[in-house]
Amino acid sequence: MDITFDHVSFTYQAGTPFAGVGLRDITTTIRGGEYTAIIGHTGSGKSTLLQHLNALLKPTSGTVTIGDFTITAETSNKNLRPLRQKVGMVFQFAENQLFEQTVAQDIAFGPKNFGVPEQEALDLAAKMMPLVGLPDTLLDRSPFDLSGGQMRRVAIAGVLAMQPEVLVLDEPTAGLDPAGRLEMMQMFNRLHQESGLTIVLVTHQMDDVADYADNVLVMQNGALVRQGAPADVFADPAWLREHSLGLPKTAVMAEKLAAKGFRFDPLPLTAAALADQLVPQIGGGARE
Amino acid sequence: MNKLLLGRYLPGDSWVHRLDPRTKLMASFYYIAIIFLANNWQSYLLMFAVTMAMLAASKIKLGFFLRGVRPMIWLILFTVVLQIFFTKGGPTYWSFGWLAITQFGLINGAFIFMRFVLIIFVSTLLTLTTQPLSLADAVESLLRPLRKLHVPVTELALVLQIALRFVPTLMDQTTKIMNAQRARGVDFGSGNLFQQMKAVVPLLIPLFVDSFTIAEDLATAMDARGYQGGDNRTKYRVLRYHRADWLAGAAMVVLTAALVLLRAR
Amino acid sequence: MAEAITIDHLNFHYPDADHPTLKDISLTVNQGEWVAIIGHNGSGKSTLAKNINGLLAPDSGTVVVGGLTLSEETVWAIRAKVGIVFQNPDNQFVGATVADDVAFGLENRGVPRPEMLVRVQDALEAVGMSEFATREPARLSGGQKQRVAIAGIVAQRPDIIILDEATSMLDPAGRAEIVALIQKLREATNLTVLSITHDIDEAAKANRVILLNDGEIKETGTPAEIFAYGPELISLGLDVPYPEKLKAALAARGVAMPSHYLDEEGLVDYLWTLHSTM
Repeated sequence: MDITFDHVSFTYQAGTPFAGVGLRDITTTIRGGEYTAIIGHTGSGKSTLLQHLNALLKPTSGTVTIGDFTITAETSNKNLRPLRQKVGMVFQFAENQLFEQTVAQDIAFGPKNFGVPEQEALDLAAKMMPLVGLPDTLLDRSPFDLSGGQMRRVAIAGVLAMQPEVLVLDEPTAGLDPAGRLEMMQMFNRLHQESGLTIVLVTHQMDDVADYADNVLVMQNGALVRQGAPADVFADPAWLREHSLGLPKTAVMAEKLAAKGFRFDPLPLTAAALADQLVPQIGGGARE
Repeated sequence: MNKLLLGRYLPGDSWVHRLDPRTKLMASFYYIAIIFLANNWQSYLLMFAVTMAMLAASKIKLGFFLRGVRPMIWLILFTVVLQIFFTKGGPTYWSFGWLAITQFGLINGAFIFMRFVLIIFVSTLLTLTTQPLSLADAVESLLRPLRKLHVPVTELALVLQIALRFVPTLMDQTTKIMNAQRARGVDFGSGNLFQQMKAVVPLLIPLFVDSFTIAEDLATAMDARGYQGGDNRTKYRVLRYHRADWLAGAAMVVLTAALVLLRAR
Repeated sequence: MAEAITIDHLNFHYPDADHPTLKDISLTVNQGEWVAIIGHNGSGKSTLAKNINGLLAPDSGTVVVGGLTLSEETVWAIRAKVGIVFQNPDNQFVGATVADDVAFGLENRGVPRPEMLVRVQDALEAVGMSEFATREPARLSGGQKQRVAIAGIVAQRPDIIILDEATSMLDPAGRAEIVALIQKLREATNLTVLSITHDIDEAAKANRVILLNDGEIKETGTPAEIFAYGPELISLGLDVPYPEKLKAALAARGVAMPSHYLDEEGLVDYLWTLHSTM
């Protein structure tokens, strides 16, 4: 299922003195089955863009097409449920959305809203636990007794239980420790690889972009200023620095090595790619 | 929620904005009180003219104040209709059983309507031109004499200040949780009353939990920064009256005098 | 060298927890030193910070801060010496505006207003937030809010600043901003810094790193000594420094790599040497 933006603009509180521009003339396509990363500063419009992916916000002008759904300024708020089921959204600090008495009930909440019968929804909840790396024994516990990291996983399980085709992630690892971050990013990647889930990730971590994304959208001041494969977007370090967006650590290291006299083509973005290009230049492979 | 203007602040730089909040608070209350002195078209015309002059001085568009009245229009009309039917006197224009529309009734209805509109305009003007925080300062300063009666004015003021400070934070959090639950298939504001109430639970519980976290974090931070309560604290914020404040006070006196002269005896 | 913080055999157990949170912790932080405490979430780092200024009381053991032994009598004097920047930028912002928030700690200590005005202004200048003095917190970024929290501490002129995961909720720009600011403040004053962190760049700035695991001190060393743990660092609560990642990738491809820690420049030089002797 593709999501297409056609000249989409959005203004907050339009028609009042509190109005503010959220999006400026965005045209792009997020293709089904791909892993898309959205990068940009805080306040660049990333979150506004995300909320258009499942019609939490409707464009002030332009059209968003999500599978069979067409969303414009005139679209009624009714009958959007089937759309919300198809596009699952994990917000920043998703643990804040938990409210049910047990973990199982909270995970089942989404599916039930979309018409899945109670028992089936609870079964679905149990099935989600291993996907997010939680033991079954937690199903009957109160979500508020869990650790912060576990609560976040329950919230993610609650979104996955809706069985969406697209999973939207807004800085899903914020506030976790490095082990938790790594596990969670690997978990999303597994879902992408094994279940063919379309993933849209908003992140500040350029290393995650380099490691996982097929496609990158760069937002600035409400506008989409660049898009393409990570290799293309990161190929212009000067431009990225100018927009103070940062680079994957590998790209920084490769630049330092290049300054010494090493040669890289193309610019490596992951430690593995850099190592592959380095080995012949330092005679490492020769000893094998 | 976005429609109601009463209670919102619109940053600006008119002399109304710059008046001491105590002046604005006292003058608004006083003004609302003397509106009740007006009892004929001359005195209402004066109050209307003065109100318009104050709105103009704030440099805020008139349409804004009109929009502020809109949410209250049914309440106003209801009261006006009651007045029209239940005030008797003068020529009768229409009657049906005990219901009658008389000249006095119509005049009274018109006056009540004016009174409502003027009160809403003035209170909207107060909040649009005064930061909530400044209003809190004004309340604290005006209530300070109550400390002698062992009313914990300083503590209450801090509570008020913190409450105001966290309004945007909690509003923000409300939007975020609403979005998260809408994304999980909740429809806020649709269906029958029972369904609507049920939809609020997934919003209220997380908000409640979040408020507790904030309260706990905040208490810890205040403790760490040496907060022990009591009256030994010094104050960073002070309020000072300026020339414009005395002028505003004088204007109120002149206005009262004019009103007393104009009103029917 | 004078000791800023001395902790001796400290134990702490939350009343409703199954296990003790801190077990037999002993450590010293010297005046002017920057010490980083690392450990995975739930390892007891933040609990330790709260035991240092009496927000929590240890079950046993002693805490000495700036020569004062922590007790009910000394707790307010100790809190005046120790400023803490907490994790959540929003939930520690008491004042309704930036300047009000910076003044809060001074108001609590009864600092006269004329002096308060000067100190607030100076503190805001020190953190580069002067032009935001009248702003409300809702209109600041996370990094700016943390700068205000630091200004509030600077205004109190403490000897010790504790960063309790102060950068964990910030974006990379905000994180870099705070680390640079702390470094600048340290150069200007003889501030002792205790930073509780997962951030590798923050830990790298420290003179010493203390590794906490399940409530116990597992290791103490220089950043280079700790970073030499390589990929194992992930499970200890810290990211793997990039040079260690690259070393691991090269070692996996059969290139002989030194076991000690090299920073980026060090690794570049090492690789260039290999290239030159090829």
